[in-house]
Amino acid sequence: MTSTPDQDHVAAGNGGGVATLDPDELPTAATRTVPWLRIGVIAALIVVAIVLAYVRAGSGVVVVQAVTTGILIGGIYGLVAMGLTLIFGVLDIVNFAHGSFLALALFLTFGLTQAGLHVYLALAVSVPAMFLLGVLVQRGILAGAMGKPLENQLLITLGISLIIENALLLFFGANPRSVALSGDRGVPIFEAVANLSRILAFVGALLLAGLLYLLLQRTRLGTAIRAVAANDTGAQLVGIDTRVIYAVTFALGTACAGAAGTLVAPLVTIEPTTGSLFNIVAFVVVVLGGMGNVVGALVGGLIIGLAEQLGGIYLPGQSPLLSVFIVFVLVLFLRPQGLFRRSA
Amino acid sequence: MTTTTAPAATTAAGKPLPRQPWNRHLLAIAVLTVLLIPLPLILPPAQASVAVRVLIFALMSIGWNMMSGFGGMFSFGHAAYFGIGAYAGGFLLVEHNVSPWIGMLVGMVIAAAFATLIGFLALRYKLRGAYFALATFAFAEMLRLWATNSEFVNRAVGYHVPLRPESSWWWMQFEPASANYFWIALGLTVIALVVSVQFVRSRAGQFTKAARDDEDAAAAVGIPVMRYKLLTMALSAAITAVAGAFYVQYFLFIDPDLAFGSSVSIQAILPAVIGGVATIWGPVIGAVVMGPLNDVTATILRNPPPALEFLQGRGGLDVIVYGALLIIIVLLLPQGIYGALRKRWSRR
Amino acid sequence: MTLLRVENLAKSFKGLRAVDDVSFEVTEGSILGVIGPNGAGKTTMFNLVAGALRPDTGRVHLGGKEITGHAPHRITAAGMTRTFQLMRPFYSMTVLENVTVAVLAGGAAKRTARETAAEVIARVGLDKWRDAPTEGLPTAALKRLELARALASKPRVLLLDEVLAGLVPAERTPVMELLERLRTEDGVTLVFVEHIMAAVMRLSDSVLVLDLGRVLTSGAPEEVTRDPRVIEAYLGEDPHAKA
Repeated sequence: MTSTPDQDHVAAGNGGGVATLDPDELPTAATRTVPWLRIGVIAALIVVAIVLAYVRAGSGVVVVQAVTTGILIGGIYGLVAMGLTLIFGVLDIVNFAHGSFLALALFLTFGLTQAGLHVYLALAVSVPAMFLLGVLVQRGILAGAMGKPLENQLLITLGISLIIENALLLFFGANPRSVALSGDRGVPIFEAVANLSRILAFVGALLLAGLLYLLLQRTRLGTAIRAVAANDTGAQLVGIDTRVIYAVTFALGTACAGAAGTLVAPLVTIEPTTGSLFNIVAFVVVVLGGMGNVVGALVGGLIIGLAEQLGGIYLPGQSPLLSVFIVFVLVLFLRPQGLFRRSA
Repeated sequence: MTTTTAPAATTAAGKPLPRQPWNRHLLAIAVLTVLLIPLPLILPPAQASVAVRVLIFALMSIGWNMMSGFGGMFSFGHAAYFGIGAYAGGFLLVEHNVSPWIGMLVGMVIAAAFATLIGFLALRYKLRGAYFALATFAFAEMLRLWATNSEFVNRAVGYHVPLRPESSWWWMQFEPASANYFWIALGLTVIALVVSVQFVRSRAGQFTKAARDDEDAAAAVGIPVMRYKLLTMALSAAITAVAGAFYVQYFLFIDPDLAFGSSVSIQAILPAVIGGVATIWGPVIGAVVMGPLNDVTATILRNPPPALEFLQGRGGLDVIVYGALLIIIVLLLPQGIYGALRKRWSRR
Repeated sequence: MTLLRVENLAKSFKGLRAVDDVSFEVTEGSILGVIGPNGAGKTTMFNLVAGALRPDTGRVHLGGKEITGHAPHRITAAGMTRTFQLMRPFYSMTVLENVTVAVLAGGAAKRTARETAAEVIARVGLDKWRDAPTEGLPTAALKRLELARALASKPRVLLLDEVLAGLVPAERTPVMELLERLRTEDGVTLVFVEHIMAAVMRLSDSVLVLDLGRVLTSGAPEEVTRDPRVIEAYLGEDPHAKA
C-alpha cells in the first residue's frame, strides 16, 4: 500500500513560501521521455509567428533576415542561459550577477585584443578566468548563504553585479568600446545577410553548449552535478562532496557567461551595462526553458532570439526587448514551470 | 515585535497583557520630526540636499518594505511605482499644467491600480519566490521600454519641469537651496512612517503578516488572503509613487531610466535591507546610511589619493560601496542594522 | 440535527483515486473519529471538506448551506475551522499574537481582541507560553496553539488533523479532556482524523473507517473495531504508527 496521494497532499499544502520554486510538485513518469507533442506545438507556434510576421511586414526578405538574426543571436542567449539555469538547478540561486560576469569577459576580451590577441583565442583566457572567478565568488561569498532564504542569495548576487558593473565603470569609464574581427564581412544566407562574426559566435555557442551537455551527461563530474541537483542530501550520503560540486557548478555557469562574453565581443558595443542586457534576456530564457533545465535553456534561447527579432516586426518603433518581456510574462503566468519540464 | 513583558503576575488568568510598541513608535516619529525640522537651517546647502536624498530613499523603501517586508512578497520592480508617480506628476504638470500635488495623488492612484493588477495576476497564477520577483521586474522593465518609445510620454527625452519666476507651494517650486524642499520631503516621509505604523497594527496589517508567515493557516483562521495581499501591494505602490512624484519636482527632470530603471528598484530595496526588512525603522536607518555615501565617494573621486590618481572624475564608486554593503549586511546581519539592534535590546 | 453532511465526495490525482465516493453525516454536538491505514485518503478527505482542495465530484453541506469548493476562509466564516497536522504557527508572532489574529479574523473588535485571545489561550492551557515567540516552542505547546487558533474563530465544527500525533502519552490525556470539554461546554462538533486508537475509542460517538479512498464502514467505536474488515485493513500495520 502506498501513501502517495496523502503525501502529495502534505507536500502541496506546504508549498507556501519561497522554498517551492518548481510549481510542478507531482512527478510523472513522462519526465524522461522526449515531449514530442509539446515540441510539435511549439514548432507550430513558431511557424504561425513567422507567417504572421510575413503578413505584417509584407516582405519576405525582412522576415528571413529577422529569423536568421534571431536564431543566430538566440544561440548566444542559449549559452548564457545554460550557465544561469545550471546554477539555478544545482545551487537554487537566482543569479543576478550572471550578466556582470559576461561584461567582465567582454572587457577582458577587449583588453586581450588590444594587446594583439585574436578574439577567439581570447576564449582560452576568458573561460578559465571566469571559471576561476566563479570558484572564488562561490566559495568566498555565496557559500556563506547556502540554504538561506532565496531573497538572501538574490540580494548577494545583486550586490556582486553592482560591484562588478560599477568597477568596470570606475576603471574603464562609460565610453563604449568595440572589438573588430579582422576579415569580418557579410555572409549571404538565403535572402538574408549575416556577419561572419555573428555566425561564428553562433557556431561557437552551439559547440560549447554541446560540450557542456556532454560534460553533464557523460562524465563522472556531470553525474555528480546532476545528482546534487536532484537531491543534495542524497548525493552527500553517497559520498559526493557537495561543497566542491557547488563551487564547480557555479564556476561552470560563470564560464558559460565568460565564453559568451568573448564570442559576442565583435557584435556588441562594449559597455559596463552590456552584461545586464544579456542577464535580463537570460532570465527570460531560463524561465521559458524551465528553471534548471539545460537543454530547455538552449531551445528557449533560440525561441527568445526569434521572439526578439519578430517582435520588432510586430511592434515597429518599440524596443525588441518589449516583445521579449511580453513572451516572458505570458510564460510566467501560463507555464511557470517552463515549456519543458525540469530535468537537469 | 519588541516583547517587553510586564512583571508577571502570579495568577495565570489575570496576567496583564504585554504592552504593544505602536505608541512608542509614533512618539519616536514625533520626537524625531521635531528634532529634524530645523536641520536645513543649520546644514550647509550641499548637506541639506543630501538630507533630501536620504528622505527620498526612505520614502521609496518604506513603500517597498510594506509589500516585501511585512507582506513577504519580494518585489524587484518597485521602479514601476516610483516611475508612475514621477511620470504622472511630470506629465500632468508639463502637458496639462496641473499642480504637482494633484499629480502626486493621481500617481498614487495609478500606481496602486497597477500594483493591484500585477498582484492579481501574480497571485492568481500562484507565482512565488523567484518567479514573483522576476515578474515584478518584468513589469517595471516593460514600463521603461514603453516609455522610452512612446510619443505619449515624450519618448526617451522625458520631462523637464518648467521653471517659474517665483516660489510657490502650490507648484512645489522654490529657489534651489530652499529649506521648503526638505520640509516637504520630511512631511511626506513622516506621513509614510505613520501610515506604516498604523498599517502594521491594523487588522489589515496583522492579516497580511499572518498570510506572509503561512498562507494556508491564515486562510484557515478565516483571512481572505488575496484581498489583503492586494491591499498591501496597492498601499506599498502608492507610497513609492509619492517618492517618484517628489523626485521630479526636486530634480526638475525625469526620463525613462531615472523613473523605471532597474537601479531605481534596487534603490527601493537597499535601504530596507540594510536597515532591517519588515521593521518600521529599517528603511529610514538604511536610507541614512546610504544617502550620504554618494557624496562621500564623489568627494574621494574628486581628489583621489595619489595611488588612485587615474580614477579622478570617474563614477561608480558609490554603487560599488552599496553592493559591498549589501553583501556584508546579508551575510553578517541578515536582519539589518535595526533588526540586529532590536534583538540585542530585547535580550538585555 | 445533522450539522455537517458530506455526499459522494471524490478526488483523483493523476488517475489515482485518493477519495472515492465518500459520504457521511455528523450530528450537531457529536464527535466523529476518522481512522484508516496510511494512504486511506484521510488527509485528502480532510482537505476536501475544509476547502483546501476542490473535489472532483460530491457536495459538502454545513448547517444546511452548501459549501462545496468554497475557499477555506469562507468555510471558516461559515463556521467550520481546521487545524493542521504539522503545526503551522505564524512564526513571526508570539502565541498571543497568533491567536489575536484569528480572533480578529473572526470579526471581533480590535479593542477586545487581545483579551479574547488571552482567554482562549488560558482555556487550552497555554498560559505559560502566552507571550513567548512561537519559534522554539515545544511540540505540545504548538499543538495547543493550533487548537487555540482554531477555537478563536468560534467554530461550530472543528476539524482536527491528528491533533495528538507527536505527543507523549502523558501529554495526550489533557488534550483529550480539553476536546471533551469543548463538546460539553461549548457545544462544538468535532471531526478528528487520528491514528491513536485509544483516543478514538475514548472520544468518538461514531467512527468512520476509510480504506483505499472509500468508506470501509462506520458506526459506534466498539462495533467498528470488532469489524473483521477493519482488522484486515489494519493487518500488518501498527495502528499506533504515525502516518
